[in-house]
Amino acid sequence: MVPIEYYVALSAILFMIGTMGVLTRRNAIIIFMSIELMLNAANLLFVAFARMYEALSGQIFVFFVMTVAAAEVAVGLALIVAVFRTKHSINIDEASTLKG
Amino acid sequence: MDANLIVFIILAVVAVGSALGMLLNKNAVYSALFLILNFATVAVLYIILGAPFIAMTQVTVYAGAIMVLFLFVIMLLGAEELAGATKIDWQKPAAVVLGVLLLAELIVVIFFRETVFAEFAELTDFGSPAQIGRVLFNEYLLPFEITAFLLLAAMIGAIVIARRVRQSPSKRES
Repeated sequence: MVPIEYYVALSAILFMIGTMGVLTRRNAIIIFMSIELMLNAANLLFVAFARMYEALSGQIFVFFVMTVAAAEVAVGLALIVAVFRTKHSINIDEASTLKG
Repeated sequence: MDANLIVFIILAVVAVGSALGMLLNKNAVYSALFLILNFATVAVLYIILGAPFIAMTQVTVYAGAIMVLFLFVIMLLGAEELAGATKIDWQKPAAVVLGVLLLAELIVVIFFRETVFAEFAELTDFGSPAQIGRVLFNEYLLPFEITAFLLLAAMIGAIVIARRVRQSPSKRES
């Protein structure tokens, strides 16, 4: 078996790429996809450690994370559609009406 | 170098490469397709880690349902190509510096720590759908039921938020 450090490192790199996506991209949909990537990196760690400790709870948690991700995507994409209707843009720099 | 390590390295390269493709691609549709490739690669890693049921869920829920929703919204809004012009000049360099700092911190935490991780043990039917179901419906029954409410709330919320508000009942927007 591959040592678990490799899985932790892969997960860290994927998480970092997701963070970079949130920080650099201005397209709201890409930012959303980056958040999914970060959730996925966390899921990979859950499964790797569940395998290491032979605890199924880790795998069950992945299901709950997936549920939350699905709910988040449904609401978030609805929000993006609503923002697009009023602003005709999904560039998050332009969604700054609340700024004083 | 044993076969497991070679398979892992190939999968890791594909996963990181597709994640970078998602990050750097200008076209949102290509980004979504790269992300699907990433999810599929991670699903293969789940199978290697003894979680076949999670791998199937990953493919059907993540790479299937969620990404179809993404592609649907991208095409609905016509948001494939948006100008990436940012108004804040120092934002990108600052983001790169912060991201590299985060990775360095994670590397320090992972590779320079006191505790030693245990080795993987050989498994028989760990993570099989039957075992997952037994744990899910015995120990985690209440959270499982609560997720049903969460999904219902998300569904209603999405419909309410995305619904087109009509100004007057007689006049209908096209």
